[in-house]
Amino acid sequence: MNVLVCVKQIPDPNVPGRLDPQTKRLVREGVDAVLDPGDEHAVEAGLQVIEKEGGEATIISMGPPRAMDAIRRALAMGGNRGILITDPGLENSDALSTARAIAAAIKGQSYDLIICGTESTDGSSGAVPAQLAELLGLPLLSFAKKLEVTDGKARIDRQTDDGYDVVEAPLPAVVTVTGGINDARYPALRGIMQAKNKEVKQVGLQDLGLDGQAGKAALTEEVVEIKPAEARKAGEIVEDKGEGAKRVADYLADLKVI
Amino acid sequence: MAGIWVFAETVDGTPTPVVLELLTKARSLGEVTAVALGPSASKSVETLGKYGAKKVYVHEDPAFRDILATPAVDLLARLIEKGQPDLVIFGMTYDGRDVASRLSARLSTALIANASDVRKKDGGWAIVTPVFGGSLLVTTVPKAKAPTLVLIRPKAVAAEPAASATAPEVETLTDPVDTGKPVARVLRREKEKASGPKLEDASIIVSGGRGLGAPENFKMLDELAAELGAAVGASRAVVDAGWKPYSFQIGQTGKTVKPTVYIALGISGAMQHTVGMKGAKAIIAINKDPEAPIFKLADLGVIGDVHKIVLQLIQEVRSRKGK
Repeated sequence: MNVLVCVKQIPDPNVPGRLDPQTKRLVREGVDAVLDPGDEHAVEAGLQVIEKEGGEATIISMGPPRAMDAIRRALAMGGNRGILITDPGLENSDALSTARAIAAAIKGQSYDLIICGTESTDGSSGAVPAQLAELLGLPLLSFAKKLEVTDGKARIDRQTDDGYDVVEAPLPAVVTVTGGINDARYPALRGIMQAKNKEVKQVGLQDLGLDGQAGKAALTEEVVEIKPAEARKAGEIVEDKGEGAKRVADYLADLKVI
Repeated sequence: MAGIWVFAETVDGTPTPVVLELLTKARSLGEVTAVALGPSASKSVETLGKYGAKKVYVHEDPAFRDILATPAVDLLARLIEKGQPDLVIFGMTYDGRDVASRLSARLSTALIANASDVRKKDGGWAIVTPVFGGSLLVTTVPKAKAPTLVLIRPKAVAAEPAASATAPEVETLTDPVDTGKPVARVLRREKEKASGPKLEDASIIVSGGRGLGAPENFKMLDELAAELGAAVGASRAVVDAGWKPYSFQIGQTGKTVKPTVYIALGISGAMQHTVGMKGAKAIIAINKDPEAPIFKLADLGVIGDVHKIVLQLIQEVRSRKGK
């Protein structure tokens, strides 16, 4: 079983994000970059599959050179090898460019399962996995809160608004996993040491053969304005000295809901 | 006039609530065509017309219900080639996102997700997307060839029937669905039990976060919700920790809600969460941390022990109702 896990390095989500008014991109300077916590669940799901079925897990990421740290983190969790797509020409890529770059980087290799988080914690569009599935001509099992692989098939419990659907696809397939699918393991010291010696292949635009189809040259959209949303008016904040519940009840009564 | 298409998701022939919101927005932008797929989709035509669709494509093959995304993408790609719409609008739902994303790769078009608004601008489109929990609004213009695909968040637009509606022209399609390629097939559907009103429809929501301390403490939320006739929601932290199923989750990756009153209990107010609830008419927050960002949104904030206050509040509400 060959598993590919797609990961993204993002600015630490615990630090409030801001946009650069000039470039209109996320400010990444001065903010720690981390492996997207959502992707840790994708790595964990991939590792659980190969631990049961045998095989190897490849970790792939696209980003600036420092995205190597995110790959190393996933390798420390137990991934076998990595691919880092990095090229100045790919800066500011949109989702479709990213999907094209990943598809090009794995051309000629065969993976039974490609696992991604449902969406990045910073961008949240969640488009890349489905775009990747489309480019590769594979079925997509999305929003998995449970994943089982048997007899050349993947079966998931797919999140719905009021429960879940059991959905099945033949391998190879792309799967996106939600945060609830597993508890991601924490890399052990031994894993961290071993990760340093694992092979990570670096590829750029030249290697991908994507001139004009990815990165700046192929942007499908442009940000033209960023402005603060109308803020809610600050309300009244009180400290509970025994009257807190009564204040809340009074307020509910004022709103005529009780 | 610009051609605006709406991907009209239906369940047993009834359009999902977000579809009516999409149609309301779409008819302000141009001539609206709806695409309704799956068994009994034809039953949705009247409602789609009432909300502004002038034309409806209907295809009732069960494959649209039973196979994820790909049959809809195949059909939409064919219809779009023929009909040349300027804009195709989807709801930011599980299926809407899968279909729109695949379609963007198929057609090499712009896809803008998480949108709250679409406007005309300089003969093209300007799409507004809230970021960082809705604190900033980003306006994006498409640069690829038409159509532009836009995923609009549920509850971003208030659904209103059109002032003058006519029965839409219906084109019933029967072209065969390609069953030759590998697909993701739905084997069965499971519903999780929930009592009381649905989160999306509730006028009062009582929502809990990590600050509740332990999963069993959600019981008192259930009790409070029962007294108030409210629905119970949860933050992502609580859902990821397995205290509550995902169907309770409110926020970026969960549901967007717009109740009259939102009562946030032990919820810190991470942007992930607030993007899904800041549209509430009134927000009440109870949290022991005076620095919790939720207090910046709250109309009434109480700093204190959430357990104690909730138990007192249940009594308080009971005694007032008794009067």
